[in-house]
Amino acid sequence: MRIGVPRELYTGEKRVATTPEVASQLIKMGFDVAVESNAGAAANFSDATYEAAGCQVATVDEIWSNSDIVLKVRGPDNAEAAGLKADQTLISFLWPAQNPELLQQLSERGVTAMAMDSIPRISRAQKMDALSSMANIAGYRAVVEAAQHFGRFFTGQITAAGKVPPAKVLVIGAGVAGLAAIGAAKSMGAIVRSFDTRPEVKEQIESMNAEFLMLDFEDEDGSGEGGYAKVMSDEFIRAEMALFAEQARDVDIIITTALIPGRPAPRLITAEMVESMKAGSIIVDLAAEQGGNCELTEPEQVVKHHGVTLIGYTDLPSRLAAQSSQLYATNLRHLLTDLTPGKDGQIVVDMEDEVIRGATVCKDGETTWPSPAPKLSAAPPKTEPAPAPVAKEAKRSVAGPIIGMVLAGLALLGLGSVAPASFMQHFTVFVLACFVGYMVIWNVTAALHTPLMSVTNAISSIIIIGALLQISSDNELIMWIAAGTALIASINIAGGFAVTRRMLEMFRR
Amino acid sequence: MINAGVITVSYIIATILFILALGGLSNQETARRGNWYGIIGMTIALIATVLGVVTQHYTILLAALVVGGSIGLLAARRVQMTQMPELVAILHSLVGIAAVAVGYANFMDPTNHLAGIELTIHDIETYIGILIGAVTFSGSVIAFGKLSGRISGKPLTLPGRHWFNLALLIASIWFAYQFVLQSAAGGGMQPLIIMTAIALLFGIHMVMAIGGADMPVVVSMLNSYSGWAAAATGFMLSNDLLIVTGALVGSSGAILSYIMCRAMNRKFFAVIAGGFGTGGGTAAAATDQDGEVVAIEAEETAALLTGAKQVMIIPGYGMAVAQAQHIVNEITKVLRAKGINVRFGIHPVAGRMPGHMNVLLAEAKVPYDIVYEMDEINEDFPNVDVSIVIGANDIVNPSALTDPDGPIGGMPVLECWKGEVSIVLKRSMATGYAGVQNPLFFEENTRMLFGDAKDTLEAVFKAI
Repeated sequence: MRIGVPRELYTGEKRVATTPEVASQLIKMGFDVAVESNAGAAANFSDATYEAAGCQVATVDEIWSNSDIVLKVRGPDNAEAAGLKADQTLISFLWPAQNPELLQQLSERGVTAMAMDSIPRISRAQKMDALSSMANIAGYRAVVEAAQHFGRFFTGQITAAGKVPPAKVLVIGAGVAGLAAIGAAKSMGAIVRSFDTRPEVKEQIESMNAEFLMLDFEDEDGSGEGGYAKVMSDEFIRAEMALFAEQARDVDIIITTALIPGRPAPRLITAEMVESMKAGSIIVDLAAEQGGNCELTEPEQVVKHHGVTLIGYTDLPSRLAAQSSQLYATNLRHLLTDLTPGKDGQIVVDMEDEVIRGATVCKDGETTWPSPAPKLSAAPPKTEPAPAPVAKEAKRSVAGPIIGMVLAGLALLGLGSVAPASFMQHFTVFVLACFVGYMVIWNVTAALHTPLMSVTNAISSIIIIGALLQISSDNELIMWIAAGTALIASINIAGGFAVTRRMLEMFRR
Repeated sequence: MINAGVITVSYIIATILFILALGGLSNQETARRGNWYGIIGMTIALIATVLGVVTQHYTILLAALVVGGSIGLLAARRVQMTQMPELVAILHSLVGIAAVAVGYANFMDPTNHLAGIELTIHDIETYIGILIGAVTFSGSVIAFGKLSGRISGKPLTLPGRHWFNLALLIASIWFAYQFVLQSAAGGGMQPLIIMTAIALLFGIHMVMAIGGADMPVVVSMLNSYSGWAAAATGFMLSNDLLIVTGALVGSSGAILSYIMCRAMNRKFFAVIAGGFGTGGGTAAAATDQDGEVVAIEAEETAALLTGAKQVMIIPGYGMAVAQAQHIVNEITKVLRAKGINVRFGIHPVAGRMPGHMNVLLAEAKVPYDIVYEMDEINEDFPNVDVSIVIGANDIVNPSALTDPDGPIGGMPVLECWKGEVSIVLKRSMATGYAGVQNPLFFEENTRMLFGDAKDTLEAVFKAI
């Protein structure tokens, strides 16, 4: 079958749906490839290189009328769509949710249309996941754009001309684009922080050596279907906004990549936050096309507000045209490989195949979008954390001391009922002394625990008093025992105080 | 020579001075004064007792005091700061043996004439005094042996050791009953001696079952026991000064034990019951983790240190063993002279005795205001550029936080892995005392500097 690659007509679009390298691989798969003249010029692929790869260079009319398969980057405009015929297959970004009229038009014409943006996000389809390829490029380019407008180094340096602090970059949303931005900013030497509502990306962020900003919040899992984020609760959003407000004052560059499928981009950066940023700061809003994560972003524009540059480019991949063309073309080639099981240049749209089914939005005059939800989610379901063992202890600690105190009280009463008065007097002294000791010791600083032990050791040798009481006994044995005790205890007294003194002498500022 | 009222007043003054002595230790400024209060209190109590009570045998008494005092002073002067735990342990044993001796002498004193309930109470007091004294004595001797390396630091875990302890306890209660009965009839020496033997055995067995790193708890517990022994002796002799002082020391030791247990997140009874990993096999299960460790040389360490702004030094028992505190201070001085903020983070159970590290650092003349407790600095680790862990393991083990069921699960640790780089000085890759592999060593930002802490630090010092 014949593949046609027209030039992209959209203003400023520099990408092209195939590169000479990929085209030659397509030819090996049995296809004929025709490329519109100058289709790759903006991405620095000349007609000559396409011809060298075995492509035919043709005019726009020849492409649209003679091709069995049309490969494009952006969806067709009205005129292009009108030129499509029933037996033709169109593969490009289509955004069926946003473009119902186009979908209608294509299905009315009986075209088989496959949307690169509708390929399900399952492991097998990663090689054709053009959204990820483009997001990766957008994330990288976002950092480059930021660097372009940022008046300082990213990396910290100590130079003969003074010290340069590293730039601080906050990346909101750590999807493919966010992670790419983290990687790029990090490799340029910036301090990178990142936030995401999905806790499972924490590891990925930290694996890039960036700091994951934790939200101090009841763990609400922001993971939605297919590895995308979902809408969060109001409290969560409040906590999140507080975090952003705090970060905005600190960081130099904010790159926002927060998107929720099928919904306008969440508003994360308010005008106030922008105004709180340092002059010269940059915001790159990767969600500009979907309305922007920042209130002040203007799509496709670079605007300045309060000294802060807001970059709202929606064509970041196109600004890296050669790279994105190459990756996109490779994604297309992988899809075509799946579509031609016979490797004979004949495509078979197998609606039983999950990936092909997902990508196909129009077939045989019918709209086949949206496709059933993918069976597998990219992220494993969260396992329930083990119940905290703290609860058990708390319960026990209420009953324990009460029972203990009651028992101790009863024991004391029992003792008091039999013991003579002299004993109870001593006992009173004893209990009071325990409490005094308790109160005094808590004030001792941890650094002095060793001197505390040696000094208490010395004063516990007050037991020598016992020996002194006994030494005057007429009983020889008792006298000698007492003398021995006095000797031992005096070792302790002298040794304990002396060593304490020695230690305390050493504690100097 | 002086009457009973004067003696009582002297005792009250001594008591107050002792309380002031303990209170003085609440910070370094007043600690020296506190120690003097203690000395003065002791002197007053001794003089009052000698003048008021002693009637003959002055020569023998004086000789005993002089000889004992000289031995004590000599020992205090000779001891190295790293041997402090041993000294404290052996001094505890002296209090224990003194309590036993006083108890026996008191029991044998023919001038005691008590009867009825008073005799029973007095007998029980004697019995308890001797019991605690004997446990303190033998326990402290074993602790001394373990701390000085004369006895292996490994816990001795006999099969059925809890039953053995229980049997000893029941036996000593039964002999107490026998003793009271026989004492009323004029005898009682035999059960008293048997009980003393049991108590000595119990003390030995109890401390034998406790491993090296639990020593801070043991030492403070024995400290507490020596106090209780003095208090029990005070009851026996109806002497309030002994009771008060004993109670002060006893509760002091008890609080220290509690602080140490809390620092290890262990129950006091679990420590005393001995052994480690009573849950069974958890220690072995946790060791299967391994990974790549990144070794580092002294020169690189020096470069990291000089390039840092915030340095945290975490000493452990290994620093004491290697006697590395002086070279640590030299390095600290050089780094501080370069304007680097060097601080020390001390875990409450680092070393073998409460406050062990502080004493060693003080000996090396590290200024005490850069030495911090764990709770004071643990939150600062994210700002720390370089942490140096010197001969410590379990106190910097992240698995204490991540693995709540592990042998050290839930124990507060110094979170040095949150800093930029941690350098771990270690002789080998052996596990710490708890037998738990330390994931810190495998962290990406951890560097291992193998070798004897003193030698490697000297090399680092030269390179700086």
